Amino acid sequence: MERWRPSTPLVASWLGLLALLALTVTLAYQPFGAFNAVAALGIGVIKALIVAAVFMELRHRGPRTLIFAAAGLFWLAILLWLGSMDFLTRT
Amino acid sequence: MPDGAPFAPQFASVQHRDETAEFGMWVFIATEVLLFGGLVLSYFVYRHAYPQAFMAASRHTDILIGTANTAILLTSSFLVACAVEALSMRAHTTSRALLIGAAILGLLFITLKGFEYADEYREHLIPGINFAFDGPLANGAELFFIFYFIATALHAVHMLVGIGLLGTFAARIGNAEESRIRTALHSAALYWHFVDVVWIFLFALIYLPGRSS
Repeated sequence: MERWRPSTPLVASWLGLLALLALTVTLAYQPFGAFNAVAALGIGVIKALIVAAVFMELRHRGPRTLIFAAAGLFWLAILLWLGSMDFLTRT
Repeated sequence: MPDGAPFAPQFASVQHRDETAEFGMWVFIATEVLLFGGLVLSYFVYRHAYPQAFMAASRHTDILIGTANTAILLTSSFLVACAVEALSMRAHTTSRALLIGAAILGLLFITLKGFEYADEYREHLIPGINFAFDGPLANGAELFFIFYFIATALHAVHMLVGIGLLGTFAARIGNAEESRIRTALHSAALYWHFVDVVWIFLFALIYLPGRSS
């Protein structure tokens, strides 16, 4: 019963996450101007999606669990959107 | 709950109990998203107001320790995901070893964070205790470091809770009712992965800005 090996998706996700980490640090040193921030946060989102889909097993879950998991992001979107509107539109 | 029963009377089945536990964990994570979300909102507001100062302050953070800690935490999350998988295959000893490995990586993260804080004290980067930043960007840089210390300290508290959980499960695997410990470990794993996701974003907001200029 002790003959267990990690499944391929877990290992692939782990290696992918480390590769994305290397990529995001490398890109941070390239002079892309405003694109630097977009790249840093974009790669962060991809890493978070990998963790959520594979490590948190959301890819095996039905719509009910996905709605529960997305609820936090929904409220976060309202918080960030309404919270930053004033500052972004102030002249 | 009566002795020996794998689920409490409010549940109809083991599956019902497990689903309820998972939903409950996701609701808790939603509250945590908003806890860190408030901090991130304040970060964006002040980064928008002091863009140059946030770049300059970010360059004073230790990218080497930050990157190492990110790799450590991603690996620790991987080990916990493996431990959950191993336990579902009833490989108890392997699962326990993986949890202990993940907890040790967590402690390594905290230790490196401690060294980082000590360096920042020596470099006069701790607002309210020892802060000195030359030039006209000092105000914005101080705001950056206030965010840095509150966010990373709050994250470190979550890490310590998680390390305690991993240690508890490492000790209990094999000594408790099988399906209950599997469900409970699954909830703890969700928490640990969430703490990992928070760090992924803190890393992007704290260490990466301003490196190319």
